[in-house]
Amino acid sequence: MKRTHNLIGAALAALILLPTPAHAMHISEGILPLSWALVWFAASAPFLALGLRTLAKRSASDLSSKPLTGMVAAVVFIISCMPVPVPTAGTCSHPCGTGLAAVILGPTLGVVVAAVALLIQALFLSHGGLTTWGANLFAMGVVGSFTGFFVFRLLRACGAGPVVAAFAAGLISDWATYATTSLILAAGIRGTSPFWPLAGKIALAFVPTQLPLGIIEGAITAGMVSLLRRKRPDLLARIALKGLEVREP
Amino acid sequence: MKRTVLILLGLALLAVSFDEGVIHAAEQWQGVDETVVGKFAREHGHAAKKALIDTGEGDLQLFVFLMAGVVGGFAAGYCWRALLDGKKRKDEKP
Repeated sequence: MKRTHNLIGAALAALILLPTPAHAMHISEGILPLSWALVWFAASAPFLALGLRTLAKRSASDLSSKPLTGMVAAVVFIISCMPVPVPTAGTCSHPCGTGLAAVILGPTLGVVVAAVALLIQALFLSHGGLTTWGANLFAMGVVGSFTGFFVFRLLRACGAGPVVAAFAAGLISDWATYATTSLILAAGIRGTSPFWPLAGKIALAFVPTQLPLGIIEGAITAGMVSLLRRKRPDLLARIALKGLEVREP
Repeated sequence: MKRTVLILLGLALLAVSFDEGVIHAAEQWQGVDETVVGKFAREHGHAAKKALIDTGEGDLQLFVFLMAGVVGGFAAGYCWRALLDGKKRKDEKP
């Protein structure tokens, strides 16, 4: 039985480790005019500064904050690099992971981990770009994290369980990220075209891929929260389960 | 034994079909950065440019990831106790 499990594990590992080209949803280098790129840098900067301040403050009282943030950044980096083929749309895309980061760390640290993940992707993997880093950070980091966090808190306040709330947080943060990407892209490239019809067209083009992918993101977030709740409730107790009774592992 | 063989056969079939699927998906199914973002950007005269730092050249990507592994490895080693045990400050009582 153990041997079978080992074989299954080895086969799954081989499948997962198959080298495949990754695809991203980020706005690529040079797509946004410089003026718009700067606007999104300026829009993201206060949130990033707030996140760094939160990190400094929290790590002053809790030394494990920084390693935990680093680990979540690694998780977000991997999740947002993971190409998921969507057969219904014939395209590939990936979850964002920022909803999960916001649930575990809080929204401002969610922005920090998204900033790190997006910077590494732009520098080394040609996902997104350096000039479009601010725009991608605003969509995935700021909107994704804050939406995920507030959806989670709102549902918790309404009496939903943590796993259900985490599912909704992952799902809605994913959709909100892509909706924001549509708005950013439409604002940057529209020229003389009207803004809202173009933004609507771009958002609609995202729907066949992101509709199922958002559900996958919700499932990933719910699964992670469920696992952490059973194995490491102390991690969730910092933000997600604050004020609730925490079971001992 | 028979069950193990059946599981292995099933896994082999799954691996072959998954492998094919993944490879063809990668060839035919482009990312939404290309099919949505790139498409609309091109239509409005804003085609994507080449990455400012192209790590695809030579062994640069390998070098960069090797360096990242070295730095990350040293950092993880240096913070090993904080990562695993939750290091306490010297002035903190146990």
